[in-house]
Amino acid sequence: MIDLNKRWWLRAIACAAVASVALVAGCGKEEPKPAAKAAEAAPAPKPDPLKIGFMYVGPVGDAGWTFAHDNARKALEAEFGDKVKTTIVESVPEGPDAERVIRDLADQGHKLIFATSFGYMEQMLKVAETKKEIRFEHATGYKSSENMRTYDSRTYEGAYMAGVIAGAMTKTNTLGVVASIPIPEVIRNINSFTLGAQSVNPKVKTKVVWVNKWFDPPKESEGAQSLLNQGADVLFQNTDSSAVLQTAEKAGKFAFGWDSDMSKFGPTAHLASAVINWAPYYKKATKDMLDNTWQTGGVWWGHKEGVIDLVAVSDKIPEATRKRIDEIKAGLKEGTFTVWKGPIKGQDGKKRLAKDQVADDKFMHDIKWYVQGVEGKVPAGG
Amino acid sequence: MEPIALLLAATLNAGTALAIAGLGLLINEKCGIVNLGAEGIMLIAAIAGFATVVHTDNDWVGFAAGMGAGALLALVFGWLVIWLNTNQYATGLALSMFGAGFSAFVGIRYVQEKLPAREQFAIPWLADIPLAGAALFKQHPMVYIAIALTFAMAWFLYRSRTGLVLRSIGESPESAHALGYRVRWIRLACVVAGGALCGLAGAYISVIYTPLWVEGMTAGKGWITLALTTFATWRPGRVLLGAYLFGGVTMLQFHLQGMGVQVASQLLTMLPYVATIVVLALISRNPTWIRVNMPASLGKPFYPGA
Repeated sequence: MIDLNKRWWLRAIACAAVASVALVAGCGKEEPKPAAKAAEAAPAPKPDPLKIGFMYVGPVGDAGWTFAHDNARKALEAEFGDKVKTTIVESVPEGPDAERVIRDLADQGHKLIFATSFGYMEQMLKVAETKKEIRFEHATGYKSSENMRTYDSRTYEGAYMAGVIAGAMTKTNTLGVVASIPIPEVIRNINSFTLGAQSVNPKVKTKVVWVNKWFDPPKESEGAQSLLNQGADVLFQNTDSSAVLQTAEKAGKFAFGWDSDMSKFGPTAHLASAVINWAPYYKKATKDMLDNTWQTGGVWWGHKEGVIDLVAVSDKIPEATRKRIDEIKAGLKEGTFTVWKGPIKGQDGKKRLAKDQVADDKFMHDIKWYVQGVEGKVPAGG
Repeated sequence: MEPIALLLAATLNAGTALAIAGLGLLINEKCGIVNLGAEGIMLIAAIAGFATVVHTDNDWVGFAAGMGAGALLALVFGWLVIWLNTNQYATGLALSMFGAGFSAFVGIRYVQEKLPAREQFAIPWLADIPLAGAALFKQHPMVYIAIALTFAMAWFLYRSRTGLVLRSIGESPESAHALGYRVRWIRLACVVAGGALCGLAGAYISVIYTPLWVEGMTAGKGWITLALTTFATWRPGRVLLGAYLFGGVTMLQFHLQGMGVQVASQLLTMLPYVATIVVLALISRNPTWIRVNMPASLGKPFYPGA
């Protein structure tokens, strides 16, 4: 009896194994078929839609970074209608997995692929080398090749404007920043936030805690709590969730939204949201593809191009400060105002930019130091 | 002085989830069952609690939902390891991974939800004491429940008859069986109670501590808790102190950063585990120490017929 049982099990397992192998093989074979058919039916009157792939580092529901990218993708679909077809892959970890995902997207016939996180850079570069007919777009990186280019946004402009508001709203003259990973972009945002605050309130000091994650809500709120405990009354974050804002809401203090409009997560605490709107760039890149004018390179767009904005400005902010924000926006649009214009001193008191000297992009990419008014040291590895 | 009071307050809050889950695992392990599934149970309870509060707007119903979810998972785990005698470590690991995936899957539509703001709880009169009031008496009720639970658990395990039976099963299920105790049912009860407490801790994290839901939000707290019971050498009071210690490490690190002292957060993240390994090494060197502290049948299957 027992023997029979055993044999029955063995047979069942064997059958299951054979069946699953057949299934996998079947699936594998099936895929090229539609493509071949499409090729045969090439002289159809309407051209196939341009297939565009998006790879996200977080879930589209993160309410921050990835959410902003996905909103832009939706705007893209709305604009081009059936001329494009978009696919998303969310929560792709940075690292070896990313390469597989990019390769998959390429194999599935996507002609334009966006990778929306810094850590996809090497993987994308590797795939780009083997898929010359596909165009690759990498956000926030610095490496490009003949069929891979970079795009980025001047997030520091939003940070500066948030700083102006923070400087006006603080009572303790202590601001707090929950920072993610010590790379120049984040350090630049902390500095810009501080410079904005100092432009209206020279007594302001900024405290920083690093959580070493882009997205870890419990850690973000612990960091926020510890800043509040040390006397900060306006918080700002360069992490991806709304946890910092919610912590400020709970404590009756102020904070900002980052990457997308977060006002609903802390109606009383929310002062404004520094948002990124990638739609102008995604539309341009798609147009380049449809017009066959795509060229490699890199762009760094800000408020001028409509990528960076400060939205949902709260009623609690004094009239004079709102006016100042409007002036800054107008100045950025017309090119008469720049955030990084001397004199700017480093934390150590050393002069980094002389009076009226304007920082170029190379200078901006190399900021690994704090400006005067930021407390603490930049962690190693920045 | 005030920053220290606030740091203390934050530490108590950070340690609470660890303490509750730690007591849950303690009762598991005291009767001889290791549940490595704590992380998965906490995650599923976190989404269960969060979703319930979103729909009912009542924290306590949310906690109950978290406990229920935890108990249910523990029931399945208990059935597998106690009746089918599957390997406890492998089953627990599987439960952890299942919990991480399953909670992410059912939680998709809750990722952007938010909970309404709460009134801050404060104990009347005591909360008005300068410094100590802010540090000790303005916490969420669950912070005090965790402390009360520790005392209750200590009394139950070491002063009550049922506690004695439970511990004796942890030491030698064969003897308890020979005396006529229903070893498997008592073990199952322990496992379910432990799961319910882990579930309560998970719900506390998503409803009160960080009131939102994201994938994997317990961020390793379940594993820290497992380390915690060992670190505490299976004593309720030490579980509570250890929980505050482990919880305080993170808060202290942020506090130091804010003051301008740079400590690598990665170093502090691994500290609880280092401390646990040190404790394990210490108690393992001394046979009497092990005998006094570690339940002798921990992790071993029990066959009533054999």
